[in-house]
Order: sequence, then structure tokens, then C-alpha cells
Amino acid sequence: MMSTNLGNLVVSSSPHIKTTTTISSAMRDVLIALTPALIVSLYYFRWASLSVILVSVIAAVLSEYIFQKATNQEVTINDYSAAVTGLLLAFTLPPNLPLWMVAIGSAASIIVAKQIFGGLGNNIFNPALIGRAILVASWPAAMTTWISPIDGVTTATPLGIIKEANTLQALGDMTGAGNLLAQLPTLTDAFIGNIAGSLGETSAIALILGGLYLIYKGHVDWRIPGTYIGTVFVLTTIIGFATGQGVWYPVFHILTGGLLLGAFFMATDWVTTPITKKGRIIFGLGCGLLTVLIRLKGGYPEGVCYSILLMNCITPLIDRYTKAKVFGR
Amino acid sequence: MNYWKEFSKGLLSDNPVLVMLLGMCSVLAVSTSVINALGMGFAATFVLVMANIVISSIRKIVPSNIRIPVYIVVIAGFVTIIELIMKAYVPDLYTSLGIFIPLIVVNCIILGRAEAFASKNGIIASLFDGLGMGLGYTIALCALAFFREVIGAGKLMGISLFGANFQPALIMILPPGAFITLGCMLAFLNKMQEKKAS
Repeated sequence: MMSTNLGNLVVSSSPHIKTTTTISSAMRDVLIALTPALIVSLYYFRWASLSVILVSVIAAVLSEYIFQKATNQEVTINDYSAAVTGLLLAFTLPPNLPLWMVAIGSAASIIVAKQIFGGLGNNIFNPALIGRAILVASWPAAMTTWISPIDGVTTATPLGIIKEANTLQALGDMTGAGNLLAQLPTLTDAFIGNIAGSLGETSAIALILGGLYLIYKGHVDWRIPGTYIGTVFVLTTIIGFATGQGVWYPVFHILTGGLLLGAFFMATDWVTTPITKKGRIIFGLGCGLLTVLIRLKGGYPEGVCYSILLMNCITPLIDRYTKAKVFGR
Repeated sequence: MNYWKEFSKGLLSDNPVLVMLLGMCSVLAVSTSVINALGMGFAATFVLVMANIVISSIRKIVPSNIRIPVYIVVIAGFVTIIELIMKAYVPDLYTSLGIFIPLIVVNCIILGRAEAFASKNGIIASLFDGLGMGLGYTIALCALAFFREVIGAGKLMGISLFGANFQPALIMILPPGAFITLGCMLAFLNKMQEKKAS
């Protein structure tokens, strides 16, 4: 940037407002925000959690290093972005996933979703979610085998139980559905994280703490998580009261599954989401609508991953149509 | 006329799939196994050679205003022949290729060669052009199918390679796997081309 020093007056071209935030400082804040969920995950899933997280982070950083070396680019592993991607991917995986699958998913996140598009800042889709989507498409059985916290017994996720019960009800098996629904965890367990699910998604309180920290630090606009969670809440409230399940139903939908993890940490990715305020509200609304649609009517019990990826697709479109008008025109 | 040049350009330097990116629909759809790729490749090569010969021999009597419908009729005729032959002698392959056999009619490689080459060149040259393009298509299809079948199903030509404990990455035989593999192949070939040029 050109600047001329005229005594005590510095003349330079715009931009004039500068920040001390760098990529690595922002990524460090994200890592700090993920720490509560990490601790809860280590407490409930023990070694299963630790091994998946370590392999995922190491594979992500390593594949970024190798790819950038192989293509003669500047190696950017010190900005922590690969580590964040690896950690976020690990948070979306089941605790007992074979470690070689974790490594492949992590490498796919970095290479297929990020580096091929030109590295950090050029990717269209959230890398961690692409890694998860590739793993789900490749090894559907392993990616949907869940274990319970502490004792590690194979079990179903709360949303999986609901989906299964709905299928049984549709077939007319009311007792079977009732037995299944009796296995649902309490809302308190879901709030602190004592439920089956992906590594980092189980504890609502830890994710909310992390999310609030990011909003407080200014890295995340409240509009995306706000409208995302709000849309899911409003839609499930309507359904909850229409089906006579009351206020328990919307709260259950918010606390279980990957909604909070997705809303605070993935739908707010700086690269793949709209930059305008209005655009962010549209993005959150779309994510919420798609999530509820997939959860209630789709083939999968959980729809957070695909709803965010689908909205990532139309982010450039949202940005184009919500661009602020030039003053005076 | 250098017939070897007409034949060999389709294999690599003007490969219809890997360089000209034509006929992508069938390439991405049928490359789930090497057997399918071979069947599709030979069917397309047959149509390509025969259509090139016929179109080249009638090129002087077809009015240029209606040449495209005429070409399509010729191509459709040969596609019908190969379709009925496959249905009679290799019914399994015919079932697994399904709609993509009749769709050879609208495969842009065949119409492209008819329009760009056979309608302007002699019969023998057109024959070699069709043969080269057809083999180039088959080679590209088989290469793509090789990676997809080995990684996505753990098999090659239908034979298991890695034993029962191997868990194949299903995504490779699903549509996304086709796009990812083809993208990687194109990137690699372009890189090689660049290296050769520099």
C-alpha cells in the first residue's frame, strides 16, 4: 500500500481502519471456543474420543502440508485453519469410527474440499462437512454406529430413536414405538451431553458457551445461529403442539443432534456463508427449514450437515441479491 | 493422407473424453465397473466406425441443409443394430448398461466426428478416425472405471481383490466418485501436458 509521511500527517489510500485480528488469532479463538465441547467429549467418550480427535487433526494438518509442498505453494499450516477443520470434522464423527476412516475423511476435507479449490478463502463448501459427507457416502454403516457415553455400548442416537419410532407408528406397531420412545434420554442429559451421538455434538451447554464466546469476540454474527436455531424452534414448536407433544418437542430438537454444533461453528464459517446481514438471515432461515425437513421427512435422522452444505451452494446467489444499494442510485 | 496420424490422435492428443470432454453423460454413468466400460466402449466404437464410413461415403450427395437429420438417422440405424446384437448375445451387459446403449444416438462424440471429420474426409481416413476416437473413448472409460471399481467395490472385472475384510469406499461407485476421479485424472494429465510443453 502506498503511503506518504508528511511530518505528523500520514497520507495513504484506503482502507484506513485496521484490525489486529489475523487468521491465526481468529482460528485460535475458534479452538478456544471448541474447548468446552472437547472436554465434555473426552469425559464421556474417553479413549474413543481422544483417538478420533488426534488422528483427525494430525491427518488434516499433514495433508495440508503435503499438498502444499507437492504443489509448490506456501505452507500455511501455522494459521491453525487445518487444525480447526480437523477438530470440527472429528466433532461430527461417531466415537468408535475406525481410525483409518477418520484419516481418509480428514484428508478428503482438506484436499477435496479446500486445497483443490485454491486453499483457505476459496472453498465453496465447509471442508469439515464435506469430509463428513464423503465418509457417510463411503461407509454408511460405520458412520451410523453410535455408542452410549461412559460405558460405550452400541446404541441409537435420540434423533435415530424418534425416526425409528415414527416408522414403527406408520406401520401400526404402537407398542414397539412406545418401547422405543421410552429409551429417549431426558432433556437434562441432552443439555449436559450424556447422550449418544457424534463426538462433539452431544453437550448443548458446552457448545452454547463456545458459541457465545465467538459472538462476544466478534468472530461470529449472531444472525446465522440465531435465525438457524430460531427457525428450527418455531417449526418444531408448531409441529409439537399440532401433534400434542407440547414444548418438550422443540426443546428436544434443539438439544439433540448436531444442530448447536452446526449452527454455532459450521453455518458461521467465514468463507462459505453470506457476508451481508440480510443474506445471513436468509442463510439461517434456509438451514433451519432444510434441517427440519430432512429430520422429519427425509431418509436420514439428522439433516444439519446436508442443510448447511446445500445452503453453502447458494451463498454466492444470496450475496448477489442482498448486496446493499449504492447510495443515491 | 497419413492414416496413422488420423488413428492415433484420438488416443491421447485429441482424446474425446480426456481432452475434448465430450460424451460426459455416458462416461460418468457407466464407468462403475471395467466390464461395463469395455462393453460401452466397444458399442460406441462400432457405431463410430460404421457411422463415419457411411457418412463419409454419402458426404457428396447429402444437401448441407439437412445433413444433421441425415447423420442422426445413420447413427440411429447402427445403434439399433448394436443394441439388438447386445440384447441377443450379452443380455447381462445389456441390462446393466440399460438406457445408455440407445443413448449412444445422441452421444456428441459420434455426431461430432460425423460433422467435423467424416463429412469432409475420405472413407479410409474416416474409418481410422472413428477407430482411434472409439478406442480413445474406451481407454478413458476403462481407466476411470478401473479406479472406481477397485476403490469403490474392491473388485476388478468382477473378481474380488482384497478379501472379505476390505471395506470399499462406496462413494467411488456413486456419481460423486465419478466426478472426483475424472477431475483428478484431468488435472494429472493437464499437469503432464504442461510439463511436456515447458
